[in-house]
Amino acid sequence: MFVIDCPNCGARDQSEFTYAGEAHIARPTDSENMTDAEWAEFVFMRTNTKGLFAERWWHATGCRKFFNMLRNTATDEIHAVYRIGEKPPKVTADLPATPAGEASIGSGNDAVKIMTRDEEAAS
Amino acid sequence: MKRYSALELIRQGLGGHRGWDRVWRKPEPKPSYDAVIIGGGGHGLATAYYLAKLHGMTNIAVVEKGWIGGGNSGRNTTIIRSNYLFDESAAIYNHALNLWNGLGQELNFNIMMSHRGVLNLAHDEGEMRQLKRRVEANRLNGVDSEWLDAKEVKNFCPSINISGDIRYPVLGGTLQRSGGVNRHDGVVWGYARAADALGVDILQQTEVTGILTEAGEVTGIETTRGTIRTPKVASVTAGHTSVMASMLDIRLPVESHPLQALVSEPIKPILNCVVMSNAVHVYCSQSDKGELVIGAGIDAQLSYTQRGNLDIIEHQMASLMELFPIFSRLRMMRQWGGIVDVCPDASPIISKTPVKGFYVNGGWGTGGWKATPGSGHVFADLIAKDEPNRIAAPFAIDRFTTGALVAEHGAAAVAH
Repeated sequence: MFVIDCPNCGARDQSEFTYAGEAHIARPTDSENMTDAEWAEFVFMRTNTKGLFAERWWHATGCRKFFNMLRNTATDEIHAVYRIGEKPPKVTADLPATPAGEASIGSGNDAVKIMTRDEEAAS
Repeated sequence: MKRYSALELIRQGLGGHRGWDRVWRKPEPKPSYDAVIIGGGGHGLATAYYLAKLHGMTNIAVVEKGWIGGGNSGRNTTIIRSNYLFDESAAIYNHALNLWNGLGQELNFNIMMSHRGVLNLAHDEGEMRQLKRRVEANRLNGVDSEWLDAKEVKNFCPSINISGDIRYPVLGGTLQRSGGVNRHDGVVWGYARAADALGVDILQQTEVTGILTEAGEVTGIETTRGTIRTPKVASVTAGHTSVMASMLDIRLPVESHPLQALVSEPIKPILNCVVMSNAVHVYCSQSDKGELVIGAGIDAQLSYTQRGNLDIIEHQMASLMELFPIFSRLRMMRQWGGIVDVCPDASPIISKTPVKGFYVNGGWGTGGWKATPGSGHVFADLIAKDEPNRIAAPFAIDRFTTGALVAEHGAAAVAH
């Protein structure tokens, strides 16, 4: 369970929040001239990042306000919380070495986390 | 491939079981293949098997970053059914159900297929109407489906609680008698063994790190074990579909979420079928070992960690207690999560892409296991002919541009 630091209310349990998907997807301003492909991009296509990901949360049972969060989706570590309209801050995260790989901690994927020689010798 | 049989078991037993062959080879990667399938789960191995068996493409490889069956193929709750509302879904899931029948014989591997029936419960008037409509739609599509009232539900599944004094009483349900469960590891190993026997190289502990192209066409892949040249690359990577597509700058309409399941301590046979409930939201069956296998919905947040949150499990256990008070003293033994890639319309993507030679099979969301043989069968057809067949065509990526969605959210008998 995440403990999420709401910018208005402080640290609260995840069950108080509702997930609201990828952040920073701007609503198109020129909607009457958009092609079907452009609409599909806005409505359906998502980055679905493995790694540092900017997302929106809604504090449904608290201040009832939306805010942004920067989380590492490969480890679930929360790196920053920031308000709607602000840009994501620069942070350093423990990212997988390869696109489909696993970070050093925080993954439940034991099929892929290959032990190093030292770890094998120790175990 | 040495055939497995009772006679062979006795013969090997007399020899102290020292004469069994390796079930599949452990080959070194070749410099080039006619096609490479990324992902050694049920869908990927089924694709390789049908490519080799039905399309004569035996110079192919399956690359798997972990071990085969270590992803969602080993993490699902093994439920098989095909009672979907829409024609397109009924076609592909019923195609899969037809292939499940006799698959154990075909692969010469015991997949422990059990057609014990799948019950989908209704808990209010609206749900009753919706499920009855689905029964009729199923019958028109040749899917076996019937409506049971509460007493008939109790007759079919005696351990269920149908009393009127619970918060969401059972008012009735639909039954697909041909539905059931099987052994997911057995299916993966059976497909792997049969594909290997046809010449397919299964490359485990081989992670794809890049996809090579020239002039908009696939020419090979980069892996942790070197470069492999191939004109056709097929991604069947479930939760990592977006990660694979992003190597070619292709954007997909999927989001990856944890889906959790858990099993109880083993007990004597008490639950004779699969029970699914949309409204109180839990599904449950009993494995041949005696463990109850319990699942429910996804965690809301996007994640690749193969772990979920405890409140999701608390909710599904509360739902289980409502339907089966008899299970209240059972202890839970193990809990895990898999990463599912969910499409906005809760239907899969089986498709060509803007890059020639790159094919995608993913977006199965929470319900991919039941489709395994059908998915592999139609995907092999697509890869071999470079054109989708009648069953696969509605699941092309361009449906998100044309608007021809197969909107199975809520219609597919479970909440997603």
